Order: sequence, then structure tokens, then C-alpha cells
Amino acid sequence: MTKSLDVPPKGGFSFDLCRRNDMLEKKGLKAPTYLKTGTTIVGLVFKDGIILGADTRATEGPIVADKNCEKIHYMAPNIYCCGAGTAADTEAVTDMVSSQLQLHRYHTGRESRVVTALTLLKRHLFNYQGHVSAALVLGGVDITGPHLHTIYPHGSTDTLPFATMGSGSLAAMSVFESKYQENLTREQGVKLVVEAICAGIFNDLGSGSNVDVCVITKGNKEYLRNHLTPNPRTFVNPKGFTFSKKTEVLSTKIIPLKEKVEVIEGDAMEE
Amino acid sequence: MDQVDFNAPHSMGTTIIGVTYNGGVVLGADSRTSTGVYVANRASDKITKLTDNVYVCRSGSAADSQVVSDYVRYFLHQHTIQLGQPATVKVAANLVRLLAYNNKNNLQTGLIVGGWDKYEGGQIYGVPLGGTIVQQPFAIGGSGSSYLYGFFDQAWKEGMTQEEAEELVKKAVSLAIARDGASGGVVRTVIINSEGVTRNFYPGDQLPIWHDELESHNSLLDILGAPEPMNI
Repeated sequence: MTKSLDVPPKGGFSFDLCRRNDMLEKKGLKAPTYLKTGTTIVGLVFKDGIILGADTRATEGPIVADKNCEKIHYMAPNIYCCGAGTAADTEAVTDMVSSQLQLHRYHTGRESRVVTALTLLKRHLFNYQGHVSAALVLGGVDITGPHLHTIYPHGSTDTLPFATMGSGSLAAMSVFESKYQENLTREQGVKLVVEAICAGIFNDLGSGSNVDVCVITKGNKEYLRNHLTPNPRTFVNPKGFTFSKKTEVLSTKIIPLKEKVEVIEGDAMEE
Repeated sequence: MDQVDFNAPHSMGTTIIGVTYNGGVVLGADSRTSTGVYVANRASDKITKLTDNVYVCRSGSAADSQVVSDYVRYFLHQHTIQLGQPATVKVAANLVRLLAYNNKNNLQTGLIVGGWDKYEGGQIYGVPLGGTIVQQPFAIGGSGSSYLYGFFDQAWKEGMTQEEAEELVKKAVSLAIARDGASGGVVRTVIINSEGVTRNFYPGDQLPIWHDELESHNSLLDILGAPEPMNI
């Protein structure tokens, strides 16, 4: 038996596989590209609040990695944010600011304001000088009224009555520029948003699949996931799927944890 | 797939102008923000408030100029509280200059600070790319300003009235918009004097027509009915 020292695991990154990766790259194997959301995202201000819209395709280079991803992220009960760019970046930055907003709500005891989310996001993106590739459409209704903003990866923001971002933004913007008016009703607004996203889905290769819509008004929000599915699977196998190799269950043992934990009412710790 | 590079820094092609007159200052700007060749915002407001009596015209990188004006607004707010009276235009301009100079390697923004205070009246300070500060009777900046040097040499004069000054600014911005691809949209002006601040907005149909330009007909303004300017 060879004597091996029991060395506790060192902290930090293990570079062991880097030599192997280098060798593989020299042999011609390309590393996988990061997941981008080609994307069409839009937002508009209507009579009673904000409507946000997004497509649902996530691409990895030329391949569709996710046919039904969620691009409308929750920030606060009254604020939602659509994200375009690198999927990891948009997910991470919106999650981070969403939890910062919740802490701020606990601290102040008030509903979050859209400008707070805006400032937190733009500060973070500016500090990373555009390397966090997240282009966002932030919309919400707070005590001061409805607000719609666009945020670019370098940290600049614009405040607009209607906005589009992502690779399909030109197609969607053409729809908005011809048909947008102030004080649209909810039905007209949703119809216009769906039309704009569809323009992106059908005319931009980086956008596709379904349309997600989110309607935010004072005191209420409606997240319409897959509001429109204009791209169903054409050929569906009538037999359906069967996963033949099942993992065999040998035995089952259930331990209720409540019995294992003793709740002791006690004093605060004393030295 | 992408002719438009959405990761291109959001820059304001821009034409910005600041002009003093006998009683205050007039600041003017176009409203186009471009990402590469795409117009990201055709109605942006490049004249940003720093204090009640001092405004700044932003050009260059949209992110950099927004961050600088945010910091200066914050410092000026504290300064006003500590001083007990409105900040002077000189202090505002110098705060802008300090940020622009000390971070010159990381910022790409040219600014024109203009305002009115009770000590010196109306003043204009230019803070271009390297972080110099230069007080001038009038200042021009942005990519469209190249086309205005000759115009100002001929049309500028001391001691104009408020109407003359605003007319000059409006004419100059519209001339620059006509020749500079990176400037466009509407013309916004801000007049600052002892009485306060007046914001004005001039859409395309209210601007003069220059050599070779045609009158618009069947434009969206006609088809959709002239909308009210958005209150953003």
C-alpha cells in the first residue's frame, strides 16, 4: 500500500486540466461558445402602465440551445426586466439587483422604484466597462407612475415611451415606429407588442419560438408566459417518447427529519 | 447576421452648443444617440440638470457622460448644503473638469457646462476630451461642431438679446444636423438666467430648410397627426 499524505484540499482554482484543454485546442477541438440570447425584446408605455415582450430563443453560435427560455426577469413585484446579450450575464445581473432591491425594501419599508433598479443596474454595468454583456429593457409601475428604460452594456440609459433591444430590435422598432401612439388600451398595447416580437421572430435569425408578454399596471402584474406560440413542432412522433433504460430501485428508506431535530428554547449564548 | 453591433459603445454623435447673452446663457443640442450606425434613441435629452441654475451639455460616450454628470450632481448637492447657497457655475464646471482630467484614460466625453449665478451672471465653460477647462463667450462641441466653426466666426456677436441668442443656437444646431450624419432628431434648448430656466423643444418641421433639403410631405407627422412632445 503506497503511503499517501492526507493533504487538505487547497483553496482556489485547479489548473490541472488547462494543459489538456490546450492540447485539445491544438488538435482542432473548438471550445463551446457562450450562450447568447439573439433576441428581440421590447417594452412600451400604455394608458395604465407598461407592457414588456420577449421572444424565447437562446442560441449558442448557430445552434438553438433553448427553444423556450425566459427572457423577462423578475426584479420586484412591480418591476420586470427583459434581457438581451449573454444569457449568463443578463440572468446574473438581474438576479443580483433583484435581491439588492428586496433588501432595500426591507430596509425602507416601501415598494421599490424603477429608478432604483435603473441606478443599481447602470452602476454595475458601468463598473465593468461593457464586459458584462447585458442589454436590458427595464419597466415597471411605482408610486411615481409608469417608467420604461433601456440599459446598454456600457452603462448608459435612455428613458423612452417605447423601446426595443437585441438582434431583432430593428424589425421590432419598425413596427413600433409605424404603429405606436400614446394612451393605448391594454388590448391595443398587447397586440402591438406581440406584433413587434413576431416581426423579430420571423425576420431575425437570432430570435424565434414563442412570445412572452408581461403587463404591469398600478398594483397589479400579469406574466403571460408563452402568450403566443406561432412555431409549433411540425412533425411529432405519434408514438411519443419512452425512456427504455430505467434506473432500478433496489430499496427505499424514508427518514423524517423532524424527529431528528430537537428544538430547544434557550437563552442567548453566554461565554 | 448582425450588421448592427449592439455591443458597440453607445455614443452620442452629437452637436452641442452653449452661448452667453446679455442676461444669461442658452444651451442647445440635437437628440440623436447612435450605436454604430443604428440610432438607439432619436429623442434623447443631452442637456442635463446639475443644479437649478447650472446645466451641462453631454457629448461622446453616453455611459461616460451620464456617469460624470451623475457624480457632479451628487457633489454639487452636497456642496450646496454645506455652502448654504446655490453653487456657482465656476464650481460646477471645475467639478466636471476634475473628474474628466483625473480619469482621462478611462473616459471619452466632451462637456459644455453653462449656467447663471448672482456673482458672475451667465457663464459658459467648455470641458473637452483631455479635461481642460476653458471659459468662453460661446462653446461648441460634438461631431457636428466641426461644421459650425466658420458659422460662429461670422454670426457670433457680443451682447445679443435672449431671442437672438436662442435663434442663433437653433439655427446652428439645425445646420449641423443637416451636414453631420451622427447628429439628428429634434433641437432642444435650455435658457438659464436670473429669472430661472426655460426648456424648449423644436421638432423637424419647425426648423429652417437649408440648401438642397426638401419640404417634408406625407411624413409620419402628417399621417399620425402631430403628437405632443413626450414628457419624459
